[in-house]
Amino acid sequence: METLEQIRDRIVAKFGADTVTLITNPGPSAQHSLLLVAHAARDIARFLHDDPALRLDYCSNATGVDWPDKEIVETVKTTQPDPAGGPDKVVETKTKRIQPGCLEAVYHLYSIALKSAEPVIIRMRTANRTDDVTLPSLTPVWRSCEFQEREIYDLYGIVFTGHPDLRRILMWDEFKDHPMRKDYVGPDDYEWEPTPHGEVLERAKAHYPTPPASTSPKSEE
Amino acid sequence: MNNASTSSAPTTANATEAEAPVSPFPLHSSPFGPSSASGATVRAVNDEFHGDLLEISLGPHHPSTHGVFRMNAALDGEIVTKLKPVFGYLHRNHEKLGETNSYLANVPYTDRLDYLASLTNNWAYVHAVEKLAGITPTERCEYLRVILGELGRIINHVCLVGFLLNDLGTSFTPLLYSLRERERMLDLLEELTGARMMYNFFRFGGLRTDVSADWLARLKHYLEGLFARYLDEQDALLTGNEILLARTQGTGILKPDLAINAGFTGPGLRASGVDYDIRKVDKYSIYDRFDFRVPLGEHGDTYDRFMMRMLEMRESVKIILQAMRDLPDGPVNDPKAKSRGLRPKAGEAYGRIECPKGELGFYLISDGTPNPYRYRVRPPSFINLTILEDLCLGQTLADTIIILGSIDIVLGEVDR
Amino acid sequence: MRRQGVLLTSFAEIYNWGRANSIWPLQFGLACCAIEMICVAAARFDIARFGAEIFRASPRQADLMIMNGTVTKKMLPQVVRLWNQMGEPKFCIVMGACASSGGPFREGYNVVKGIDRFIPVDVYVPGCPPRPEALLHGLMEIQKKMREEPLTGPDAPRYFRKDTTCEYPIPEFGEHDLVPPYNSELWKPPAPIVREGK
Repeated sequence: METLEQIRDRIVAKFGADTVTLITNPGPSAQHSLLLVAHAARDIARFLHDDPALRLDYCSNATGVDWPDKEIVETVKTTQPDPAGGPDKVVETKTKRIQPGCLEAVYHLYSIALKSAEPVIIRMRTANRTDDVTLPSLTPVWRSCEFQEREIYDLYGIVFTGHPDLRRILMWDEFKDHPMRKDYVGPDDYEWEPTPHGEVLERAKAHYPTPPASTSPKSEE
Repeated sequence: MNNASTSSAPTTANATEAEAPVSPFPLHSSPFGPSSASGATVRAVNDEFHGDLLEISLGPHHPSTHGVFRMNAALDGEIVTKLKPVFGYLHRNHEKLGETNSYLANVPYTDRLDYLASLTNNWAYVHAVEKLAGITPTERCEYLRVILGELGRIINHVCLVGFLLNDLGTSFTPLLYSLRERERMLDLLEELTGARMMYNFFRFGGLRTDVSADWLARLKHYLEGLFARYLDEQDALLTGNEILLARTQGTGILKPDLAINAGFTGPGLRASGVDYDIRKVDKYSIYDRFDFRVPLGEHGDTYDRFMMRMLEMRESVKIILQAMRDLPDGPVNDPKAKSRGLRPKAGEAYGRIECPKGELGFYLISDGTPNPYRYRVRPPSFINLTILEDLCLGQTLADTIIILGSIDIVLGEVDR
Repeated sequence: MRRQGVLLTSFAEIYNWGRANSIWPLQFGLACCAIEMICVAAARFDIARFGAEIFRASPRQADLMIMNGTVTKKMLPQVVRLWNQMGEPKFCIVMGACASSGGPFREGYNVVKGIDRFIPVDVYVPGCPPRPEALLHGLMEIQKKMREEPLTGPDAPRYFRKDTTCEYPIPEFGEHDLVPPYNSELWKPPAPIVREGK
C-alpha cells in the first residue's frame, strides 16, 4: 500500500496542486487524512476507487463533523519608544479573530481487493455552516454512502449534490433542525434532578426557580 | 411494454410513448418520496391480467421486522416491485449523548447498540479508544477478550438461527432451542459480569475484573459438551431440511461486487464468496495467533448466509478453546492505564473489529477534553441494509421477511 | 359440586378471575427489553405458567401492552395508535427504565421521557433491562390489580365510567418536537418547562 504522501502526490499530479491537502493527525493513532476540494472530490474519489495500485473499493464509514465558529484570541507584543525618552514600553495588543466554522464530511476507505488494514481517510469541508453547505455526493462511487450521506444530511445539514435520494432518514420529514450540530438546542422537556453537580445543578435551577427546601442537605451545611 | 400485449394492432412509436407511462399512483405523491436512480421504478401494470400495485407498509410494529423497522413495499400480486426501508423509529441519540459523556461513561451505552452481542460492542469501542489514546492492553486481557468476544459471536449467531427460522414460519419452536442455549451462556456471563445482557465489562487497557479458572473450566465443559451437542442437533435438523432448502436456496442472491460497493460486511459478505474477515485482515488484538478458518459461501443466497452462521459458530468454539489453552498468567489490567477521567491527546482514530453482524467501527475525535468531540458509530446492520431493496426485488413478500432475517439486523444499532 | 353443585360467587369475582388468568399480551417489541420479553415467553421462564403466553400480533386481540424499550418521538404516534386500537379492558406494563422515564437516553432529543406522558400505565417494572423474573412479577401485579378491581363505583375501570375516555390523542410531528409534547390530562410537569435558548 502506498503512503498517504504518495497518494497525495499522485492526486496533485493528476488533478492539480490545489485539489488536495494532507492533514496530519497529532494523536497516537497517526491516521492522517486528505482534505479534498469539493469541486474535484468526486473525480478524485473515482480515481481512488479505480486506481489499480489503490483499489479503494470499500467505503466503510462516512460521517459528518461540525466545527462551529471559533474565537481565537491572539496576543501580539510590540515595543513602542517612550516619547518622554525613557526605556521602550512593551504593549500587548489582543486581537480577536473568528475562525470561520464549517461542516465536514469524513470518509474511511479500505480496499477489500488488496485487503488493506489501515484506512485511507478523505474529508471534504463546506464553505460555511449556514448557507453554503453543499458537497458532492460520493454515492455514485460507493453505494455504501447512500444511507450514511442521508444521515449526515439529516443530522448535520450538509446537502449532497448528486445523491439519488436525499431525504431525512432518522428524524421525521417535518423536522427542521439538524440535531448533531454543536449549537443545537433540543426540546427541553425533561426535568433535571437537583443534584449538586456543577452543570447539572445549573440546569436544574432553571427548572426549579425556587428550589424546594431540603432537597439537598449537603448544600445547607 | 406491458400494455403492448393487449393492444390489437401495433401502433407507431409515438403513440406507444404517449400511452405507456400511466402509473396508477404517480411517484411524487407516493409515500416513498421521489424515485431513486438506483431503485427500481414502479411499473405501470394495469391490464386485465394485473391489478393495481399494492402499497403496503411493513412495520414499524410488525412481528417479523426484528424490532421497529419499517419497509414500504409495492407489491404486484405477491412479488415485491419496490421496497424502501424507513428508519429512525429507535433513533435514541446515541451519538449525541456520546459526545456529552466521558469516555468511560460511553461503555455501557455501547452495550445497548447491538443488544444481542454486547461484548463485541464494548470491544469495538474500547479498541477505538485505545487507538485514540495509545493504550496497549495486557497479554492476559487480550486472550480473555478473544474468549468473551467469540462467546458474544456465538450468542448472536445462536439467536440469529432461531429468529431466522421463526421468520420462516416455524412459529417459535427452533427459537426455543436457541434461547435454551442462550440462557446457558447468559448464566455463565451473568456470573462473570453481573448482568444478563448489558455487560459493561471492557475497560481501556483491560477488563473490569479477572476471570477465574473455575469459570473458564465450566465454559469449556459447556462448549465441548452441551453446546457441541446443540450444534450437531441443529445441523441434523436444519442444515439439510427440505423445507428450509426450498425456502432459502436461490432467494435474495447478493452479487459480490455489489456487496463490496454497498459496504456489506460480515457473514453476509462472506456468503457471497468474498474472503474478507477483519479478524484476518486487520489482525487486531491477537487473532493472528489462532488457527481458524473463515467460511465462505458460493451463491450468496439466504441459505449461504444462514450456513455462514452455523459454520462460524464452530470456528468460534475452536478459537475459544485455543485461547483457553494458551491463556497466560499475569495482570488483566495494566495498573498504569487510566479508565476514569481519561483525556486522550487531541487527534482522531477509527477503530473497527469484526462483530457478529459485520464491521463495527467507532470514529472518535478528541480535543483533549474528558469527553469525545465527535463520537461516531459505524453500525454494520445499518449499512448492510443499503442493498435490502436490491435483494428483495422480484421476490415474494414472504421471502422478503427471510432475506431481512438473514441480513441480521438489530434496531438498536441501525437507528442508534 | 360434582353432581348438582352450586357455586355462589359475585359476578365481579368470577369476571376478574377469568380475565386475570387469561391475559393476551400484544406482541410488540421496541428495543433491548423486547429480547428479555421473548426470554420470558421461552421455555425457561415460561410466561404460560401465568396464563399469558398467547402473544398476539394484532392489537385488536390483545389486552396487555408490554411497553418494552425506548419509545422515540418518531415511534410514539404508532404506540399511542396501537394502544387506542386495543380493546378494553386493557392494561399496560412499562418494562424497563427507558419506557418509564427515558432511562439512560433521557437526555436525547428524540426520546420520549416516559410513556406515561401519553398513555395510562398500570405497572412499572424497573431495570435496564429488567430480569425476566421482574417482568413476571409485573405480570402478577397486573393480575392482582385485575382480581381486585371493582366493577362499579369511582374505582371502576375506565370503560365502565362515563367521565373517562378510552381514546388518547395522538400527537403530531412538529418542526422541533411532538405537538403536543405530552398529554396534559395524564401528566403534569412538576415544574414549568423552560425552553432555554442559547
